[in-house]
Amino acid sequence: MALDTDTKTFKYIGTRPDRPDGLDKVTGRARFGADFSMPGMLHGAILRSPHAHAKIVKIDATRALALAGVKAVVTRADFPTGLTGEDWNIQENVMAGEKALYDGHAVAAVAATSQLIARDALKLIEVTYEVLPHVTDVDKAMAEGAPVIREGAADYSVPEGLHPNIVRYMDTGRGDLDAGFAAADLVLEESYKTEAAHQGYIEPHACVGQLGADGKGELWCCTQGHWFVRQMCTAVLGLEATQLRVTPSEIGGGFGGKTTVFIDPVALALSRKANRPVKIVMSRSEVLRASGPTSSASMDIKMGMTRDGKITAASGTFRMQGGAFPGAPVDVTTMLAFANYDIEHVHHIGYDVMTNRPKQAAYRAPGAPMGAFAVESMLDELCRQLDLDPIDTRLKNAVKEGTRATFGPKFPPVGLIETLEAARAHPNYGAPLGPNQGRGVASGYWMNWGGETSASVAIGEDGTVQVSVGTPDIGGSRASMALMAAEAFGVPYENVRVNIADTGTLGINEPTHGSRATFASGLATVEAAKEAIGKLCKRAADKWGIDAEAVTWEDGFAKPSGPNAGEFPPLGIAEIASEMGSTGGPISGHFESSPDGFGGSFGTHIVDLEVDPETGRSTILRYLVVQDAGKAIHPAYVEGQFQGGAVQGIGWALNEEYVYGEDGCLQNPIFLDYRVPVASDLPMIDTVIVEVPNPGHPYGVRGVGETGITPPLPAVANAVRAAIGVRMTQLPLTPPRVLAAIKGRG
Amino acid sequence: MVAVHLWSGLRALADGQEVVEVEGETVGQLLDALVAAYPGLEPAIRRGVSVSVDGQIIANNRHVKVAPDAEVFLLQRLYAG
Repeated sequence: MALDTDTKTFKYIGTRPDRPDGLDKVTGRARFGADFSMPGMLHGAILRSPHAHAKIVKIDATRALALAGVKAVVTRADFPTGLTGEDWNIQENVMAGEKALYDGHAVAAVAATSQLIARDALKLIEVTYEVLPHVTDVDKAMAEGAPVIREGAADYSVPEGLHPNIVRYMDTGRGDLDAGFAAADLVLEESYKTEAAHQGYIEPHACVGQLGADGKGELWCCTQGHWFVRQMCTAVLGLEATQLRVTPSEIGGGFGGKTTVFIDPVALALSRKANRPVKIVMSRSEVLRASGPTSSASMDIKMGMTRDGKITAASGTFRMQGGAFPGAPVDVTTMLAFANYDIEHVHHIGYDVMTNRPKQAAYRAPGAPMGAFAVESMLDELCRQLDLDPIDTRLKNAVKEGTRATFGPKFPPVGLIETLEAARAHPNYGAPLGPNQGRGVASGYWMNWGGETSASVAIGEDGTVQVSVGTPDIGGSRASMALMAAEAFGVPYENVRVNIADTGTLGINEPTHGSRATFASGLATVEAAKEAIGKLCKRAADKWGIDAEAVTWEDGFAKPSGPNAGEFPPLGIAEIASEMGSTGGPISGHFESSPDGFGGSFGTHIVDLEVDPETGRSTILRYLVVQDAGKAIHPAYVEGQFQGGAVQGIGWALNEEYVYGEDGCLQNPIFLDYRVPVASDLPMIDTVIVEVPNPGHPYGVRGVGETGITPPLPAVANAVRAAIGVRMTQLPLTPPRVLAAIKGRG
Repeated sequence: MVAVHLWSGLRALADGQEVVEVEGETVGQLLDALVAAYPGLEPAIRRGVSVSVDGQIIANNRHVKVAPDAEVFLLQRLYAG
């Protein structure tokens, strides 16, 4: 879909109306996953492995089934066999088969008349384990002699002779590294590590499943993508896709972690066995132990630069663990690590490694923040040692339209240079700093996504507009859809209602992921509106007795397109709609596609922080996000995305990490010990929206959800470096680590 | 014939070439032609690849038209986050 060049000025787009879900959410009327209940509903609970790696010798549920109120117990024996590939991975993850692969891995589940009875019943299930050696560190998992998670999991790409825990291997690049490094005045090499972090959504996973012996079922759940849930549940349970109807609830955060399933197939399996609806709600501890955090990473970076700041060559080796299954996003890491810059000689090696940890899931720009931490940290160090300004140096190397990306093709129009220039001009970049304070700069990129999309619009009999999309509203997409529909139809924003349709009422939609909802569902909404407008024009033409081509649509009215079409008073959408039942029937529009015109979004962040030299604690003083939105449909929501990404990245940089003990068990599965930033930790995050229109969207939209988490990791690390004079190469920068670095600087 | 650029990990599966020429008018036809000419590429293409055509990333659409002089890169299969 090309940029709609006729729409240069907007009436609704770019305004900041109230959010349509605001009243429901502030009054508690909004229904989230755990709010849903059904008559006769049972409560499910899941028994989880206390071992990081163990053979399941025997499961005896006799005593649990004898407990009053228990209606069903399921184990892997209640799931079909013969699955392959990712279907098998998901089945194995939601219910262990021969082995428990990580601390928290599900091994059995109970449905009972109350949650308390279900939890009591779990204690009565006797599981005999044979404990096996485990490994949770990515580097140790690749080493000779490391415990093997699963033989035969590697794909075609892994060279012979590597450890079986290495399941994918990537090798990409171009040019002549030796020549590139030889042309540099300074070459640096360093190793970096990041720990696994969780998405930290406030709402735990929750669902109610109902499945009959006839193979027909319904599922209500909190999810980013109910068609994905349908596909995964039906595959795992051996059902036909369209026989399961999935309805999404309101969602209290997802950030990628709710694009897959953990409890939903289990609820359905329990329901099939008990013949009653079953509700499962994860505890916070279950969320942290057994849903999907992101990968941890171990990386080696080498970069060369001339004394005037031109990058001559870059190489990186990226080792990432994705838990006990293939899927660490190292392909994205290798693709995007150096993507900010125009580099002639560049090379990436990537390893996807299995460990005894939970199966990783997507987390906001999956794979990008880790690589950015390593590369942007080294770029900062190069600037320091060559006495160069970090923004000027980035501008010297920044990609722009026509630059050949480090991953191969040439960039279409992109806005990195614009974000750098806006950051340099912002007052934060010149704000004075005091003792123990430091400033960090970093840039980041996310390429965004299109994906399968289907949307409908329908005109009400009063001329109001109903929009149905299949992408759950996580970050304000209903407001954005309503604004785009209002713009297309020329009707007030308040006259548009946007519904999130279930899997029974629209064609397939990919989840709200990849920063795609405003781009792809928005595009589909606009195109569906155009189809409906064509029908509105036809009704007017029929009334006037002229050709439909002689009618134009303007600001909510059908009008003759020119003097030759005849003179007729404009017909408003309400007037046409009021007669539609007697002029041909309902008026609606529909559109489906997998749009490819998603334009990537660059961002640049500046952070000022202060490190307490006595405790090592870092306090954020100022934080600026500058990012390219293409066109900000609802600027307040765009700013919210910028701020949310920054805050999550700050947490990942300073505090958040999965801590495993020597026993391979997670040591911090509660929010008291897994420390996410809260409002009182941070200042207001400053934002600047840059708009370099995306030619692939009718209004120029670029997704904005994910880029914002990419720069904070290196920006914070660079600020700490400036504050304490020591380069830290392992995240998070917890007070004990920073204090140790301060004490070690001599 | 369309020139298709391979990422370095694939080159060993295509006689060491960085760029290979195959017949095809759509993305799907190019991928099929690559497998026919270089069977070693089949596992990688079956697992899924994305394709860049003149800078436009085609995530997963075999029917996109490709001009003979188009600049085509195979990319690791992209996915959303």
